[in-house]
Amino acid sequence: MGPPGAVPAEGGQDCADLSVLVRCAAGYCDGQASAMIRYVLGRFLSLVLSLVVASIVIFAVIEVIPGDPASFMLGVNARADTLAALRAEMGLDQPLPVRYFAWVTGLLTGDFGNSWTYKTPVAELVSDRIWVSLPLAIYALILSTLIAFPAGIYAASRRGSAGDVTIMGATQLGVAIPNFWFAMILVLIFAINLRWFSAGGFPGWDNPMQALKALTLPAIALALPQAAILARVMRSSLLDMLGEDFIRTVRAKGLSRRQALWRHAVRNALIPVLTIIGLQFSFLLAGGIIIEQVFFLPGLGRLIFQSISARDLIVVESVVMLLVFTVIVVNFLVDLAYAAVDPRLRRKA
Amino acid sequence: MSLLAIKDLSVQIGQAEILHGINLSVQAGEIVAITGESGSGKSMTALATMGLLPRGAQTQGTVMLDGIDILTTPEPALCQMRGNSMGMVFQEPMTALNPVQTIGAQVAETLLVHRNMPRREAHRQAAEVLQRVGLTVPPDRYPHELSGGQRQRVVIAMAIALRPKLLIADEPTTALDVTTQARILALLRELVSAFDMGLLIITHDLAVVADIADRIVVMQKGRVVEAAPTQTLLAEMRHPYTKSLFAASTHQVDLPDRAPAAPLLRVANVDRDYPMPREKLLGPRPRFRALHDISFEVEHGERVGLVGESGCGKSTLTRAILGLEDVQGGQIMLDGQPVFTGRHPNLTVRRKMQVVFQDPYSSFNPRHRVDRLITEPFHLLERPPTGPARDAAITKALADVGLSPSDGRKYIHEFSGGQRQRIAIARALIVEPELIIFDEAVSALDVSVRAQVLDLIADLCRKRPLGYLFISHDLSVVRTVTDRVLVMQAGRIVEQGPTEDVFNNPQHPYTKSLIAAAPQLPDITHAPETV
Repeated sequence: MGPPGAVPAEGGQDCADLSVLVRCAAGYCDGQASAMIRYVLGRFLSLVLSLVVASIVIFAVIEVIPGDPASFMLGVNARADTLAALRAEMGLDQPLPVRYFAWVTGLLTGDFGNSWTYKTPVAELVSDRIWVSLPLAIYALILSTLIAFPAGIYAASRRGSAGDVTIMGATQLGVAIPNFWFAMILVLIFAINLRWFSAGGFPGWDNPMQALKALTLPAIALALPQAAILARVMRSSLLDMLGEDFIRTVRAKGLSRRQALWRHAVRNALIPVLTIIGLQFSFLLAGGIIIEQVFFLPGLGRLIFQSISARDLIVVESVVMLLVFTVIVVNFLVDLAYAAVDPRLRRKA
Repeated sequence: MSLLAIKDLSVQIGQAEILHGINLSVQAGEIVAITGESGSGKSMTALATMGLLPRGAQTQGTVMLDGIDILTTPEPALCQMRGNSMGMVFQEPMTALNPVQTIGAQVAETLLVHRNMPRREAHRQAAEVLQRVGLTVPPDRYPHELSGGQRQRVVIAMAIALRPKLLIADEPTTALDVTTQARILALLRELVSAFDMGLLIITHDLAVVADIADRIVVMQKGRVVEAAPTQTLLAEMRHPYTKSLFAASTHQVDLPDRAPAAPLLRVANVDRDYPMPREKLLGPRPRFRALHDISFEVEHGERVGLVGESGCGKSTLTRAILGLEDVQGGQIMLDGQPVFTGRHPNLTVRRKMQVVFQDPYSSFNPRHRVDRLITEPFHLLERPPTGPARDAAITKALADVGLSPSDGRKYIHEFSGGQRQRIAIARALIVEPELIIFDEAVSALDVSVRAQVLDLIADLCRKRPLGYLFISHDLSVVRTVTDRVLVMQAGRIVEQGPTEDVFNNPQHPYTKSLIAAAPQLPDITHAPETV
């Protein structure tokens, strides 16, 4: 099986390595490391538990959906003995726990099973599409952060000014406008009128510049509403911090308003902002389906959509599990980022 | 020329005039204390001196520091002066430090902002300054790993790292225990003489003022009402407000006598353990014993005080007595019945016991009217009064605490701190409990209001036998409102006995140190010596 099939096992390894990285980045190498290790292990344990629970829930939901894949494949007029033979071939006659464990062991060894409609291994289907959806999500997240951080910080540092009011008004709009509508406007302006970008489709990664260009409009359409939310969170979190006693203390030390903001308020304000970034990444990866439709991108969202229509349940099952896996890993990374930002989580009081 | 000379300072924010024509001065090596009740403008005077007034504040007059007028100095030059020629220490050490930076880095920042030096050198000097203020923990610690007193030392280190000419300390010891307070005050005094620094200390605590200050400035409602050298002021006290302030802080209530009675609350050999985080990855969870073998009794109508420093287990004991948490050893009985049965507080016992908390601002639901707030304990009764009986109970409870029946229709924000504490007492009284727990119930109040609330408690005792457990860190208050006192240290009761005996002749070394550390107002008829 191809490399994407091995994602769960390798992903787990990556996370452990990352935790070491984060720890070193935090300048953390003394005798109290055990508290940090305990924190990371605790988070890791919760990651594994979440994955187990999620897999059971996904499996159960798919099982209770009416419509047996075998009968769907053979059509309504299939003979009972043919149906039974196909069921046996697909393993559908086995008891539920056996099928669950077969599915999970398959996932762990990279065997996602075969798609019933495409007649190809699910792993291949996913590996093609994840190279669209994952870069798109990361691209959108980077854009969203690049827009939101300066906007939020600027608005907070000049609270009540014309700039603040303008930015807050713009974020209000950004939250309210649906992203697919915004995507269509982008296509209208930049693809149809100005002809700077193509209106849809994805040329593949053979030419990275072309690929990035094809992802630019979808990434902007995804990023702007997220940036609006993130900017608002950044602003309010920073304003909370600027009202804290320790900001008054550093002002009394002789730091200017600006220095107090950048050196002290921003890092403390990042803690709630990180939570939102984690949630947003999950949304961008799994929730890009509408944007993928608008721009005709062969991403995971479209794959799920088509598989659901075709009752290709093994694909749905596996892709949903993969998305859940990504979301849980991202949350784990966010937890590690908390520890990097906030020493109260690294050491015991 | 004075180091600091404030002349005719007025500050206006919006339409409200906060300060009116303030005049005061501080010489090098002199300790000047500003005192007064909340809202008197003490802190605003300090912030004006630091050039840290809130935005939109309109000022008049001059604030001259070493010949430079702070009020007309542009912001960049003020940044140069703050931390360099003037430093400030704030009230709340728990929140005054950046939680995500080490204490060493925070002290080094003062040096780095003002002096051109390598980072390594700044950290070395910061470690020296931290030692200078008597901090024994290494500079790579984070604020949450330090106690309140240690954090206050860090804040002081940040303020004095560059040896400013003027140090402003705004209620620097208000949030600290008495023994810690004594050490911090001693440190400030020592730094003033070592650095020949001027110290402007702001405190509502007159005992602290009398103890440390060379000169006292009394403020009321944004004006200076009296200012004089400490001895002169204590001896003469020209202004009636000064007199009332001192009278209120030494206020003695007239507690009615009581006859011995049967025991009401019986706490026998109580232990309370909390699980702690594991020390090793898979090791057992260590336990922290918050209460060790606590035993005492409170009789019907007896007034018992409980004193001790923060972390000694006072709050844990309160929760255990209220039956909010189970105990790991021993038993707590009220009127012969256990306060905790199975997994729940015992309701038949709970209605005989009520509690009044410290913070009158956060212990009420702001969206309920007072009549609903004070009838909250009715849910403990099997058949709560309704209709006219309920109204009568509300009227009586409000009258008991000196409020009128019409106050029942108001919301809590319409009342001052002292009135809110009266309402909290009314809420406790409405079910006519046998025992009231006052948990730091007067600690957040100004001295004059505190005196009134203490008088109210004494009055209530006169009307009917009222037993209470009065928990406080303030020894002078406990002394005047209790018959008997318990002294707690590190989860144990180290001494107990009749209040006057314990205060006059403490046996345990800890009790002795507590009483010695508590600053006392000098007997006003004799001029005290200043240090």
